[in-house]
Amino acid sequence: MKRRDFLKAGTATAIGAGMLPFLKVLPASAAVADTLVVVTGTTINSLDLHRTGTNRPSYQVSVNCYDRLLTFGTKTMPDGTLSYDYSKLEGELAESWEIAPDGNSVTFKLKDATFWDGSPVTAEDVKWSLDRAVTVGGFPTVQMKAGSLEKPEQFEVIDAKTFKINFLRQSKLTLPDLAVPVPFIINSKLAKKNATEKDPWAMEYLHRTPAGSGAYKVERWDSGQQLVYSRNDAWKGGPLPAAKRIIVREIPSQSTRRALIERGDVHLSHDIPAKDAKELAAMKSVKVVGAPIENCLHVLCTNFNFEPFKDKKVRQAVAYAVPYAEIFQNAAYERGAQMWGGKSFEPSDISWPQPFPYTTDYDKAKELLSQTAFKDGFEVPLSFDLGTAEWGEPTALLIQEGLAKIGIKASIDKIPGANWRTVALVEKKLPLHLDNFGGWLNTPDYYFFWAYVKGNLFNSSNYDDAEMMQLVNETLHMPMDNPDYAPKIKRMIAKAFEEVPRIPLYQPNLDVAMRPGVEGYEAWFHRMPDVRTLTFKTA
Amino acid sequence: MAIAIPPKARLIGRRLLQAAPAIAGIVIITFLLTRALPGDPAVYFAGPAADEASIAEIRKQLGLDRSLPVQFLAYLGDLATGNLGTSISTGQPVLTELITRLPASLELTLIALLLSIAVAVPLGVLAATRPDSWIDHLCRFVVTAGVSLPTFFTGLALVYLFYYLLGWAPPPMGRLDILYLPPDPVTGFYLIDTVIAGDLQATLSALQHLILPAVTLALFTLAPIARMTRAAMLQVLASDFIRTARAAGLSRRKVLFGYAFRNAVLPVITTLGMVFSFALGANVLVEKVFAWPGIGSYAIEALVVSDYAAVQGFVLAMALLFVALNLTIDIIYTLVDPRLRLED
Repeated sequence: MKRRDFLKAGTATAIGAGMLPFLKVLPASAAVADTLVVVTGTTINSLDLHRTGTNRPSYQVSVNCYDRLLTFGTKTMPDGTLSYDYSKLEGELAESWEIAPDGNSVTFKLKDATFWDGSPVTAEDVKWSLDRAVTVGGFPTVQMKAGSLEKPEQFEVIDAKTFKINFLRQSKLTLPDLAVPVPFIINSKLAKKNATEKDPWAMEYLHRTPAGSGAYKVERWDSGQQLVYSRNDAWKGGPLPAAKRIIVREIPSQSTRRALIERGDVHLSHDIPAKDAKELAAMKSVKVVGAPIENCLHVLCTNFNFEPFKDKKVRQAVAYAVPYAEIFQNAAYERGAQMWGGKSFEPSDISWPQPFPYTTDYDKAKELLSQTAFKDGFEVPLSFDLGTAEWGEPTALLIQEGLAKIGIKASIDKIPGANWRTVALVEKKLPLHLDNFGGWLNTPDYYFFWAYVKGNLFNSSNYDDAEMMQLVNETLHMPMDNPDYAPKIKRMIAKAFEEVPRIPLYQPNLDVAMRPGVEGYEAWFHRMPDVRTLTFKTA
Repeated sequence: MAIAIPPKARLIGRRLLQAAPAIAGIVIITFLLTRALPGDPAVYFAGPAADEASIAEIRKQLGLDRSLPVQFLAYLGDLATGNLGTSISTGQPVLTELITRLPASLELTLIALLLSIAVAVPLGVLAATRPDSWIDHLCRFVVTAGVSLPTFFTGLALVYLFYYLLGWAPPPMGRLDILYLPPDPVTGFYLIDTVIAGDLQATLSALQHLILPAVTLALFTLAPIARMTRAAMLQVLASDFIRTARAAGLSRRKVLFGYAFRNAVLPVITTLGMVFSFALGANVLVEKVFAWPGIGSYAIEALVVSDYAAVQGFVLAMALLFVALNLTIDIIYTLVDPRLRLED
């Protein structure tokens, strides 16, 4: 019986949402005027971010098709490009919000928004959606927890248009965490209709059929090929987008993507390799927009499990033996921000990330190493994730060369993507490896929480320090204008400088190539194409 | 009393029976091999920020917390009902994916194979009849080039030349122009389905999109076919019965096509079967370059992330395809070679 269902599914034109009437052939003129074509190298594997196994590229559906209570504002960068603004929260579905005088809760007033099926967005929908995010487990629940949103009891419906969140603790991360892609608001009436006893959160249904109030609806989804967005003209979350239809095509071959954007058959190529970004930017026929990804670093991790790296001087010697400038040129193609050559071991401000006070200085490295028990050098495998080989491979080779100059013999160890998380992040057993963690919430304490606290996932160096842990715990929820905040953060950064369990190489860019007529591209921490702000004129 | 079974049906029946143990073996081996893949799918799919509890939860959802024999029995049970499971990396039922993707690969491979037969067989025959002439050298050159040029390179070179520089080919973005919609699937072959749907413009678009990838793949498959044709023809042309036929004064045409080619075609058919199967594998790179939504790229993606259901489904589908292919070749044999008919 199942088989028959599958066969049926196979004979339907498209899987999932492709049931809307869609002309056999789009009229060419309309297509040219109103349709924007975006290409990516990655595959969208679900239209529901909360589902188990949903991959990162799929988060764009949450961004473009759903609304959250809050979103971030926009700021113009010094080079004229646009970026989201972490410091400015704006309402997406929320008309207004107010923190209670005692600081223990926040109350939202909802806009008069409607879902795609015309039903109003109510506080019930908001509660159901947030309940879902904290209950389903996996990544969404972990991300909610980062904002101290942990239990359904925290979410309270006051009336149809008023919604209240009771805080477990007062934390500066709670409101920003409501603006990340995870807590999106679902049409709960529609979802519940399609829920079953075994599947109370309608995971099966929403996996293929989004039900939201966002700027774009999913017109069709051909898994592994394309996603077609069509505009929701009744969108209340922000200004009406310019493009009526947006086609996101998946083109696995990077060379093919480049040929397409250069020839002008597509409007925007998302997340292009640094090498292409550099070359295309020089050619001028294509517009390249790139910004360093906030709170993200490419780092070399020295694991405390490995005997030599227990010695701080060995770690510092390694930090002095990294050929930073060559890496920045040959792996990052100068697309990013330099993270070496800082002035002092005492940070002057709390900006993060900021350059570490190391430079390539082999004499100093040798001297430091000679003061340790490992003055004759040692052998160590240097691992990287094959999934990030684009920058990982040249970086590892250059580090290998640098380390050889001070007598450390590194052997390159390439690890397939499927194993990477297990060995590097879960078992944390790689002595020396490359990592590229970036935190969604843009505060230093948030980065330190994930990467410098014992046992936490991205602390793949097994760094364990009581003072650091205490500093992180104290600052994680503390408001940034608290007078204690800055000194504590400075102390954390100074410790990271001094002890270098993670040696930053550079802050990577997210680069996007566009045709000259395309405007309005905005860089986001979630690294997804937010197609809502794009405008374009055909030449 | 035995019911008279026509010999051809008996042959097919016997072949099918012979395939049964092979398929059973494949089911067991793919199951074990996928489990032997390095990496832990539960950890992978739990995502970057998952904790121990959520990994355990996912392991349970995937059924990976059960013992291997129990997992195997569950797998067999699913297979018996035609359920190949759901691919966790693409989020779609494996059967649906195979049904939509296999025709794309088959269409590409078949067209490429037809193209390469159309070029390689005459080339081989001509080269064999005129050894050491310019055509023989051309044959040698094409064969060497075809074998030694990696398909992704040929593909990219063709894209560069015909799309990027000349602008003759359509954008390499899959099976149809971005403005066309896929036809209602009947066979899954766009060339046929668009004709059935009466949308000849789409047929043209499908054909245009097919040309470059098919030529890429054809260049690759041309070599073994041309070589085999040439070698087989040379051998047959040197044999006694050809000499006799010539001595009997039969026309050159009759000798060449009536006797020589007919005998030389047998090893060529065997080669075709082999070429077809490895062309399906070589598809992967061509599919990547041309964003062709085929089965090869699907399998590779699944393998990289240890997506058990998808890998098992893919291998099983390929195994069945091979059984069907071998059967077809056996049947063609009986049509071409009278000796096989006599056996029954």
